[in-house]
This record gives sequence, C-alpha cells and structure tokens, in this order.
Amino acid sequence: MKAVLFQLLQALLLVVLAPLAAGFVATCKARLQNRRGAGLLQPWRNLRKLFGKEVVLAAHASWIFRVAPYVVFTATVMAASVVPALLVSTPLSLTADVIALVALLALARFFLALAGMDIGTAFGGMGASREMTFSALAEPAMLMSVFVLSLGAHSTNLTTMISHTLDTPLVLQPSIAFALVAMLMIALAENGRIPVDNPTTHLELTMVHEAMILEYSGRHLALMEWAAMIKLLLFATLILDLFFPWGMATDAGLMAMLLALLCWLLKLAVLLLLLAVCETSLAKLRLFEVPEFLSTAFVLAFLGLLIHYMLEVSL
Amino acid sequence: MNSMTLALAACAAALLPSVLMPLTPQSLRRALMCMMLFSSGVLAMAAGVLGLVQPDVATTLPLGLPWLPMHVRVDALGAFFLLVIGSLTAPVAIYSQGYLRHEPRIGVLMIFLPLFVLGMLGVVIADDAFSFMLFWELMSVSSWFLVTFEHTRAENRKAGFIYLLMAHLAGLLILGSFAVLYAAGGAFTFAAMRSAELSPLWASVAFLLAAFGFGTKAGVMPMHGWLPDAHPVAPSNASALMSGIMLKVAVFGFIRVIWDLLGSGDFQWWWGALVLAAGSSSAVSGVLFALQQHNLKRLLAYHSIENIGIILIGLGLAMLLAAFAHPLLAALGLIAALYHTINHAQFKGLLFMGAGAVLHSTGSRDMESMGALIHRMPVTAACFLVACISISALPPFNGFVSEWLTFQTALMAPQLGGAMLTAIVPFSAAMLALAGALAATCFVKVFGVVFLGHARSEAAANAHEVDAWMKLGMIIPAIFCALLGLLPVVFIPLLDAVPVALLHISLADAVHGQGWLWLAPIDASHASYSAPLALAGMLLLGGLAWWWLHPAGGRIRKGPMWSCGNPHVHARMQYNATSFSQPLRRIFQGVLQADEHVHTERPVHALLTRHVRHAVHVGDPAVKWLYQPLGALTLKLARHLHQAHQSSIHAWLGWTFATILLLLAVFT
Repeated sequence: MKAVLFQLLQALLLVVLAPLAAGFVATCKARLQNRRGAGLLQPWRNLRKLFGKEVVLAAHASWIFRVAPYVVFTATVMAASVVPALLVSTPLSLTADVIALVALLALARFFLALAGMDIGTAFGGMGASREMTFSALAEPAMLMSVFVLSLGAHSTNLTTMISHTLDTPLVLQPSIAFALVAMLMIALAENGRIPVDNPTTHLELTMVHEAMILEYSGRHLALMEWAAMIKLLLFATLILDLFFPWGMATDAGLMAMLLALLCWLLKLAVLLLLLAVCETSLAKLRLFEVPEFLSTAFVLAFLGLLIHYMLEVSL
Repeated sequence: MNSMTLALAACAAALLPSVLMPLTPQSLRRALMCMMLFSSGVLAMAAGVLGLVQPDVATTLPLGLPWLPMHVRVDALGAFFLLVIGSLTAPVAIYSQGYLRHEPRIGVLMIFLPLFVLGMLGVVIADDAFSFMLFWELMSVSSWFLVTFEHTRAENRKAGFIYLLMAHLAGLLILGSFAVLYAAGGAFTFAAMRSAELSPLWASVAFLLAAFGFGTKAGVMPMHGWLPDAHPVAPSNASALMSGIMLKVAVFGFIRVIWDLLGSGDFQWWWGALVLAAGSSSAVSGVLFALQQHNLKRLLAYHSIENIGIILIGLGLAMLLAAFAHPLLAALGLIAALYHTINHAQFKGLLFMGAGAVLHSTGSRDMESMGALIHRMPVTAACFLVACISISALPPFNGFVSEWLTFQTALMAPQLGGAMLTAIVPFSAAMLALAGALAATCFVKVFGVVFLGHARSEAAANAHEVDAWMKLGMIIPAIFCALLGLLPVVFIPLLDAVPVALLHISLADAVHGQGWLWLAPIDASHASYSAPLALAGMLLLGGLAWWWLHPAGGRIRKGPMWSCGNPHVHARMQYNATSFSQPLRRIFQGVLQADEHVHTERPVHALLTRHVRHAVHVGDPAVKWLYQPLGALTLKLARHLHQAHQSSIHAWLGWTFATILLLLAVFT
C-alpha cells in the first residue's frame, strides 16, 4: 500500500515538475545564446494563463476535436505514471510494460493527429501527415532500442529491467551503447526538438507538432502543451531509468527516497542541459532528411539487437 | 446438446436459404436470408464455445461417395474457427438486412451468400480430405459469384476471373499436399493422415504444397495479387465476410494440415523460418501499399494482407520454437496468432461494414470525394473509430493485445540454432513494430480524410446516417473489439484448448501461480499488461481533468477557423488521401515504385500557369513481376500448342508415330 502511495506521489511529481523541466531547457538555451530568458517558471505561468482563457472553437469542429486534449493528456500522464522515477519496484508499473507504454504514447499521438485533421485546414493535415510519418519510423526504432535491454533482462517490465541493470556489474556492452544512441535520437524526434522539429516556431512551413495544435486555444491548448512537457520529462526519465538507473531507491524508506530524488534531479539536469546544448549548436534538418535521421536510429537500434543476439547472449 | 449437433444445425441453417430461394417471393427473400444467416452465426458461435470446453465430438454423415462417407469432427481447433466464423456472420447478417434493402437482385445473393458461409463452416468441421476439399471449393466458387455480383462492369469480371484462377491454383496445391499425406497414410480420413509416417523429404514436400496453397488463398505476399482486386468489388457485406473470415479459413487450413496432420513433432527449422519471413514481408509491404490507396475498400483489402502477415509472424515464431523444442513458448506464439485471428475478424469485418455504410450513403469508394462524415453519420463514425484504433494496435482495444503477445513471444525466444536463424527473430519483431506504426499512420489518414475536415463533394455534404439494422450490425463487432481488448484474461483460457490439442501443453498451467487476473504470460516479472486497470486509470484521470476544467459548463466561443487571413477557403485546400501519404511515398519509393506525373498547362506564357495536374499511380509489384509474366508465359505456351494443333496431316501423323515410339520405349 505504501509503495502504491509512493508511486502515485511520484507520478504527481512527474506531472507537476514537467513545466519546470521545460522551463529549465528554455532558460539554459537562453543563457547559451546570451539571452536572459523568461525564467524557470514561465511554462507554469503560461499554463495558468491558458487555463483561465476562454476556448475559441472552429465552427464545425467535431467531438473528436474536443475529446482529443483529454485523451492526449490522460494517455501521456498514464504513461508517465508507470515510469519509475525514484523507486525501482513500483507495483502499478505492472499495469503497462514498456510495450504498452510506447502504445499509450502512440494512442496520444493518434488522437493528436486526428484533431489536427478535424478542422480541415491545410496546416492541420500537413502536421498530421508529417507527425504520423515520422512516428511510423521513430516508434519501431524506440521499441527496438528498448528490446535490446529487455532481452538482457528477459523482461519488458520496467521494474525488472531496472533491477537487472542495477544488479549486473558494470561492463561495457556494445549493444547497449547502440541502443542509447538510438534512444537519444528518437527522444529528440518524439518530443519535436531540434534538429527534427522546432518547438518555438509558429507559422512556418517546416513545423510539425505546432501545426497540429494550431486551432487549439484556452484550456484545450493548455492540456496539449502540458502533455508535451510531460512527454519530454517522461522520455528523459525513461532514458535515465533504462541506461543510468544508479541512485534509484530500492526500498520505500524516507532517506533512500530523498537520496533518489536528489540523484534523479541531478541526472535530469545534466541530460536536459545536454539537450539545450544540442538545440543551440544544431540547425534544424530539412524535412526529408528527418526520415534518414530516424532510419539511422532504427538501424542503430536493430544493430544493437543483432549484436546482443550474436555476441552477448552467452555472457 | 453437444457441439456437433449445434455445428450441423449451423450448416443446415446456412444451406436452407439457397434451397428455399426459388420458392420464396421476392419481398421475403432478404428477411429470410438474413434471419437464417444470423441463426447460423449464433449456432456456430455456440458450437465453437461448447467445442472449446468439451472433448472432441466426431461423427459420419451418410453423404459423400459410396465408399467414403463424410467424416466430420468438432475439435478444439475447428471449434475456435467456428467461433470466429459465427462471431462475424451474425452481425453481418443483421447488417445485410439494412444494406440490401434496395437490392433488386437479392435472389443471387440469397443463393450464394449462405452457401459461402456453409462452405466455410464445412471446412472447419471436415475430418477427411474429400469433404475438406468439397467444402473448400464450395467456399471458393460461391464467393466468386459474390465477387462478380456487379458483373456489368468489366473490371469486376476481370477481378473475378483472376480470383477464380488463383483460388483453383491454391486448391490444386492443397490437393497435392493431401495426395502426399494420402500416399503415406493410405486413407482419406484425417485420422489416417495424422498417424502417417512421412520421411523428412516428403513431409517438406507436403509442407511446401500446403503453405503455398493456403498462403495463396490467405493473400500472403507475393501471391496476394488477386486480393486487392477481388475484395473491393464484392458487395460490402460479402467483403466483410471474405476479408474477415474467408482469409482466416485459409489460416485454419494451414494450421490443420501443418500443425495437426503433419504434426508439430515433425517441424523442421526452416519451415518456421519460411513462414516467419513470409509473414514479416506481408505485414510490412501490405501496410505500405495500403497507405498509397485512395479507394477505401482497396485500402482495407491491403490491410488484410498486413494482418495475415501478423498472424503468420505469430505462427512462424511458434513453429520455429516448436522445432527447437520450446513447447511453452510455441504455445504462446500460437495463442498470439489465434488471438489476432479473432481480433482481425472483428475489426476488419467492422471496417468493411463501415466502408459499406459510407458507400451506401455517399455512393463512392473514393476517399478523395469524402470528408466531414462524422457530422452526418455519427454512429458509423464512432464504430469506425473503434475499428481504426483496434487495427492500429493501440490500447485499450483488441489489436494491441495480440500484437503484445506476439512481441512477447519474439522477446522470450532464446538462442536458436545458428546466428542467422537467431537474427530472424528480432528482425521479425522489428517488422512487426514497423507494420504497427505504419498501420496507425494509415488509419489516421483513413479516419481523418473520410470522417473529419470539410466535405470534398456534394454527395459527402448531403450524406445521411444508415438505418438501425446497419448500425446494430456495426455496434456488435465494436463491442467485441472492446471486450476482447479489455478482457483477454477471460478469452485466452478458452483458447488454451488449441495448444493443448496441438502441442500437448497448456499455457494456463504455466501461469498457475499468477492467476489470470492480469495478462502475464509465463511470469508477471517478465511482462504484464492490465487493460482494465489502464482503462480505469485513463477514465479516472480524464474525468478528473474534465471535472476540474469545466466549472459551470466552461466558456466556449464558436468562431471561424484560422485561414491565414485568406477569406476564400476551399475544401480542396485540405490534405487528402494522396497528399497525406506523400512523405511515406517518397521515403519508400524504392519499394513502391510509384509513378508520379506533374502536368503543368501554360497556354499563354511560360510564367502564367493555367492548370496543374498531379497524377500518382502505385501498381502492385506482385501483378507486375509475378502474375503478368506467368500469364504471358502461359499464353506463349498455349500459342505454340495452338500452332501444333493447326499443322498439316503429315505433322499429325508424325506426332502419332512419335507417341507410339515413345510408348514402346517406355512400356517394353
């Protein structure tokens, strides 16, 4: 029971801290570009403002358009709640293993793309088409890179996978290196970051995610934006869980949890700083170079799988 | 009351309308046919459920040849497929009552639609090769009449011809595999064939004949060329049955001959590898070609190829694992394949019925002339959306469960044989993941273009919702999709009888300690998924968010859509089916070989463009590289033979003389 409570708290932490993480990346980027930036709390202020505004709905929007923000938000939060952030053994993580987690994110994307097509603007359709095209390449790549670790742990349950990594002595396994590189590339693509998409552009012919939510306003937009922030934090936590789980609490004691929180925040800060550096130093790819970027990730992840099968199974 | 009585009653109910057709007045034909089909479906479902929980029942019918009475048997495998057939036939029967309302040529359908169902029911309960082939041909031939139902159109006749040709080619190959088994077993009954001892070589010959025969009928790449032409032209209720269950009957035949008659003990490793390779290629190429279609029913037909591929990935993994003596994992793969079989029957049947409803109210199969139908046809849209989510393998619906089980089988597969062989397992998992993600893309396109946005034609703008019968026919499979997705733990133990019969191992025993509360094959620490909890969590969260954000109804203002300041917004400015898939067409151009032309008219000046026409044609490589060359070769040979026929009397005498010489040489 205590573990369940801790897990719920942990999920709440993930949801509430998500805007802060987005603010942290934005601030780091601003500093790197010699700007002052709007501050760490700006995403929270934005959300509060949007929640207070009225909704302007296109005249012939269907119920899909109004339901989609809730589906996107709940599917993303659901996915975030099964990812262990502090505690390794979280009982509710059994609800959805890592395949189900990817599928929950896919469900969110499915409704996001449908909402993009609902209004019937050229922008919405364009965004939906591109988002689904990229995700069709990114999603299998993500599954492949997760499978590399699943095969080692003989499990697709996150808890088991993390404990397996914690229990095995630190050996450099080439397959995991491949999986990590692939996963980082996919995380950039799935969260619509540079070099795949630019989260700060508006009304540009190259945008993907923003094109789909162009028609949203008020609380609907707030939910969509918040879901995107949660997704960013979810991916960061997932990468930390799968590849760098050291420091996570194995039991639900208070000290262990505080230590785990500290470790998590520290690791997160490093990873998000890396993202800010990457976004500052890279230029956005041309649209049709994105598939090549993603298929590179796919091939890397698949090579990781093959290497695991051929070289490491006997280990 | 046992499963056999119910199964035979289902067959009788399916036979009755065709016999009574000449005696029935036109006005009663539709109601009688739909009623009998519905009873047949319900009886088949009851027989299937009983057959899965009860021991096998066999009997002999006083029909057939004098020295070979018809053997029938309801075993676990047959019972499961009875359930699959029944569970779609019943809703399709209800749907047909509305769909065929204004059909003047109901008499033709009244003969062949029930006969088609009878053929499928007969195949799954047949217990000797003779009755199996008899019902198989009944299924193939009666469905030909459904494909060519609108025979006044030339392309339908052509599709029908290729369909009949391929069905018979498949039949010939299947007959060949039965011939091998007959030669070894000495009798036509399946019992004799099962006990036959085959040398590995002959077993492989029988395997190849059966695999290619049933594979052709199931529409496996690259033998699938007939399928995308045949399924769209049949009436939509018949397409639903053909795509939803006739392809599954081919899967049944494959399992019957290869798993049951040849036996899982005789599997050679390359059989599984071949099936796995065929499944992976079908899954990915099926969905890639589906993405490029703009004819709704043709698109759905390509998705059948994809889903048959997914079923074959499960079966192939299971065969590979069985060949390397991992029966427990093989049972898991088999369960995954069977679960996808019933899932696909439900959502593909529903999708074809939805396409039929759209065709019924807009008069078009072309997605480029649709749009905004969600406002005019809300119930159809909601049911269609359920099917779209299911086929895209997204939780909490059923498609996700079977793909999840297939992934688990692939991931739990241990080191097998050589390195190449081991590599094919993760490769198939990669292909499955790619197919799933592409399917989601394709169904965003389908739902987005057909039901959302603005209407692209007058017909779509004035569409009307279908009648209560058709709605009910679509609501039932939508409910099945939800139930199969939410309660796999209830359905999978029912399916467990099939691996018990074929592999002599029960999956339920393996998870005895876990219980079936959560879907956790083998062990909860390996993998688990709880659809009810996931759904409950999402409903709770969604409800909380809604409750929090809707104080006193919330403020909503309606306004025009954002048009970048341009007041003239036209429905043709939207993305359509062709433009939606343009990025993927460009990425996979190497596979698709799309033929794109842009034609610009500049009649006055080189800088003044009057019209731009953009044409895309994506042909089917199976037709181009397999069907057409084979057809050309056959024609060429026939032409040579034709010349021999028309030669002079001297040449004829020469032929006769040569034949006599040959015969003398052989027989003396």
